[in-house]
Amino acid sequence: MSADKIPDSRIARHAVLGDLPVQKDVTIYFEGKPLKAREGEPIMAALVAAGVTVFRYTKKGSPRRMFCGIGRCTDCVMTVDGVPGVRTCVTEVRQGMRVERQQGVGSWSVQAEAGHAQ
Amino acid sequence: MRNDEKPAIVVGAGPAGLCAAIELKKAGAPVVLMDENAKPGGQLFKQIHKFFGSQEHKAGIRGFDIGKELLAESLRLGIDVRLKTEVVGIELGLKVWAVEDRTKSYTLDAGKLILATGATENALSFPGWTLPGVMTAGCAQTLINVHRVLPGKRILMVGSGNVGVIVAYQLMQAGAQVAAVIEALPRLGGYGVHTAKVRRAGVPFYCSTTIIRAEGAESVERAVIASIDAKFQPIPGTEQILDVDTICLAVGLTPSIELSCLAECKQIYIPELGGNMPAHDEYMRSSNQSVYVVGDIAGVEEASTAMEEGRLAGIHAAWAMGYMDDQTMKIKTDETRGRLQALRQGIFGQKRFAAKERILAMRKDA
Repeated sequence: MSADKIPDSRIARHAVLGDLPVQKDVTIYFEGKPLKAREGEPIMAALVAAGVTVFRYTKKGSPRRMFCGIGRCTDCVMTVDGVPGVRTCVTEVRQGMRVERQQGVGSWSVQAEAGHAQ
Repeated sequence: MRNDEKPAIVVGAGPAGLCAAIELKKAGAPVVLMDENAKPGGQLFKQIHKFFGSQEHKAGIRGFDIGKELLAESLRLGIDVRLKTEVVGIELGLKVWAVEDRTKSYTLDAGKLILATGATENALSFPGWTLPGVMTAGCAQTLINVHRVLPGKRILMVGSGNVGVIVAYQLMQAGAQVAAVIEALPRLGGYGVHTAKVRRAGVPFYCSTTIIRAEGAESVERAVIASIDAKFQPIPGTEQILDVDTICLAVGLTPSIELSCLAECKQIYIPELGGNMPAHDEYMRSSNQSVYVVGDIAGVEEASTAMEEGRLAGIHAAWAMGYMDDQTMKIKTDETRGRLQALRQGIFGQKRFAAKERILAMRKDA
């Protein structure tokens, strides 16, 4: 296994699991930029596939990504469609979803506060 | 069937909860199975390795195939499975408070309650442990085997137990390089079969070694490891720098006991099975006689033992609710116990067997 053979972050082929199953694409927006995601996957997976290393900053400015990956630890929370504190490891992507890096505990968008978030 | 009857409510649709619900439903008892996730199966679907044990323990079958079998059986039996349903409260007497899809809240009376809530991976604190790129081994395993994405390219695995060596191997199968597996104890902790596969792939193992710190600006760029003495103190001058972008922590699991505390189940401390956990008797009943605890919440073991514990509770609950005669209950219980006993044999099972015996003894004293 040499360094120059390191694959893309999306695991296309797998000895046990076989080829990556065909799945419909959806587009999400990370910090305003369109990103391709696989329908049914959590936000975390789409961001990891796109090479995003920082999901949020604490109020002291310290970067965070994900830690447990199964909804227990809340390390991976981000602002999703204007709602802060959303666990991206257990929240599925949806067409048109807006995902932002959260600063500290984040803040609610006007639309989300009025109950208009998707 | 009595229409006004309260169902048995099973919380957690992993291997233990699924098996409990299957036994209840097979006996004809009303049962509702709740899980907070969008898909049932718990952690089975990230287990792509073959399980150990004998034929009847599904040995040689991969975890995700066992998951598929259990789901097919629960579907065939028509079990009421409620997904995206978080149980957030329990009232004694016995009522379950659930939140569905994070929007709809309701309560449901339970005839019996079976808690199969699993366990949570332990963290390890060291300078830099909050940096992006440090994650539990289970997190990496979920990413590669369920979501099919690689969290990093060069990995340091902290912990040489089964989780550590199995995930290290699976990370290589997914295309990553494993720079090293380190172990704080002077000896390796995992099954030889899994450990040997990683070693044969050329991965160095360092015993009596710990992680000193993780370094990097915005994410992990390197790890510093060092040898430790008999008192687990780092030995100066033994530091080594590893160029890695990901540090996986495989340092044990702790039972997820929150709901059992709400149900006022007596808690006991069994360090070799993960710490604090609800005490239980030989039918998996907690100190609250209407509440059963099965799988990792009742002591961290493996999916195979979790399934048998689930069956034990399902059988007993079905009998207690009047859906099984005494003799059938006894026969089924004995069969299940026999299989459990077999799973806890050998050098690796012995410690867990002894710990489980201690739990039963504690229940009798209580």
